Amino acid sequence: MSTLPPEPPSSEITPESVYLGRREFLKNGALAVGTAALVGSGLMLLVGQKPPPDVPDSPPIAAVNPPAAQPAANPSGALLPAVAATGPFTTDEPLTSFESVSTYNNFYEFGLDKDSPARQAGTLLTRPWTITVEGEVAKPQTIDIDTLLGWFPPEERIYRMRCVEAWSMVIPWLGFPLGDLIKRLEPTSNAKFVELVTLNDPKQMPGLKRPVLEWPYVEGLRMDEAMHPLTILATGLYGKVLPNQNGAPLRLVVPWKYGFKNVKSIVTIRFTAVQPKTTWALAASNEYGFYANVNPEVSHPRWSQATERRIGDLGRRKTLPFNGYAEQVADLYAGMDPKTLY
Amino acid sequence: MVTTDESLPARPGEVTRAAVQPVSRPSPQRAAPLPWLKPGLILGSLVPLASIILRAFQGSLGANPIAEIINELGLVALIFLVAGLACTPARWLFGWAWPVRIRRELGLLAFSYAVLHFLVYVVLDQGVDLGTIVEDIAQRPFITVGFLALVLLVPLALTSTSGSVRRLGFKRWTLLHKLSYVAGVLAVIHFIWRVKIDLSQPLVYGSILGALLLIRVAFWLRKRSETPAAAVGGRRKA
Repeated sequence: MSTLPPEPPSSEITPESVYLGRREFLKNGALAVGTAALVGSGLMLLVGQKPPPDVPDSPPIAAVNPPAAQPAANPSGALLPAVAATGPFTTDEPLTSFESVSTYNNFYEFGLDKDSPARQAGTLLTRPWTITVEGEVAKPQTIDIDTLLGWFPPEERIYRMRCVEAWSMVIPWLGFPLGDLIKRLEPTSNAKFVELVTLNDPKQMPGLKRPVLEWPYVEGLRMDEAMHPLTILATGLYGKVLPNQNGAPLRLVVPWKYGFKNVKSIVTIRFTAVQPKTTWALAASNEYGFYANVNPEVSHPRWSQATERRIGDLGRRKTLPFNGYAEQVADLYAGMDPKTLY
Repeated sequence: MVTTDESLPARPGEVTRAAVQPVSRPSPQRAAPLPWLKPGLILGSLVPLASIILRAFQGSLGANPIAEIINELGLVALIFLVAGLACTPARWLFGWAWPVRIRRELGLLAFSYAVLHFLVYVVLDQGVDLGTIVEDIAQRPFITVGFLALVLLVPLALTSTSGSVRRLGFKRWTLLHKLSYVAGVLAVIHFIWRVKIDLSQPLVYGSILGALLLIRVAFWLRKRSETPAAAVGGRRKA
């Protein structure tokens, strides 16, 4: 007479302990997942994970031999033919990707992480831009960047770049010999060194608010080093205008020295009779000297300089004396103890 | 005064004793309180490793992926080491018991990440070039202290079981595990000597470690001043 379905046999009834246990299990599972999320996100926050920066896109530079039909939208990393470099001014080693060259930078004026400059250097205004020439020079003057660039057609130089942190790149620069500019500026016979200074504007360079180094960033060369044909002032790379994070609009490139010598975003060229007080030498003179010649024999006090990782490679390679430019520059240092040239 | 039993460091044996106590819920097989804590911690601890592996496959570890991997693994190891060292002071200061329950796991996680950090340096960074590695460890102070910190963690990881506490005796076990502080200090020095110029991050961890050490010293001094008669007097009589 009952319309109800038959009761399930008592053997099928879930015991109360199991029933409650299941609820407990679900609750604990949820708490465990919550804890995991908290621990995981806390760790990621402390380790500081950010998505990689966007690869910048700069307008192409008209090199000495501009191509007849230049595509309007130059794809990222495309190489424009420039003056065919020869001998030590080029290398057939594989180029480091434009992405790596433009997102892995030490430019502390825009932050201390390697990817900070690519994120933050958008605030740098590269026009109008002037360069002040002063010190031991016949005619101190202030030159507009475009005037200066008009004096010297860009040449392509493919150089190895060896960072003091034991990594390296191969970069196709566009630029002109610093020596050509120096000849034109006519330093006096008192000028034994040239000092190059980076812009020091906290409004454009957020990293300047932190006193990690003595600002402005100053680097310098002995006059014969500055006049050496390998030494260039770069205005572009990969056939394009220098990305801001690479030191736009004008930066030094001295391929046989550690990368920190290559002062970026130059606003002052000063000729001096005495050796300039350079930024990294002031910060730690036992670790970063004035000469900073690449030397696998002289270790940094805290790490070896014998090998380097070429960015993009998995393994390490041996570091060469003078970064492979010994044949061209070793005689600049004849009679000097190479151990003191770090 | 905080000299109740609660304020003393938990002996690993005691945790299991608490676990056997009956729970109000009718679930007799119920294990330790907060049964979700350890699984949650361990699951969460895998996130940085999973993230590294994922980004390695995506190629989004930046231009120098090996350096990035080494740095991240090392930092996670240091975070776990400092967290493990904070458990006992947290109990003293706030009366929290739960951190001590995961102290062993925190220590083992620190050790695991430190081993990974070292292995990536040996295999990926140096290509198992043993000559260079030995030279690095012997000649570069920052690598020497980092390696020493890892070596000190080995006996601690090996004696992390409750059985080891029984075999060694609680006193000797505790003394041995004080090495974790030495390892922590060495790890911070390793970090300080490694960075090029910006010391802010290593100094944050150094300060936390220093504060934890000071808390221990303060509690140790207080304990000593509260029970001097027994200790000193007893020795005098003997």
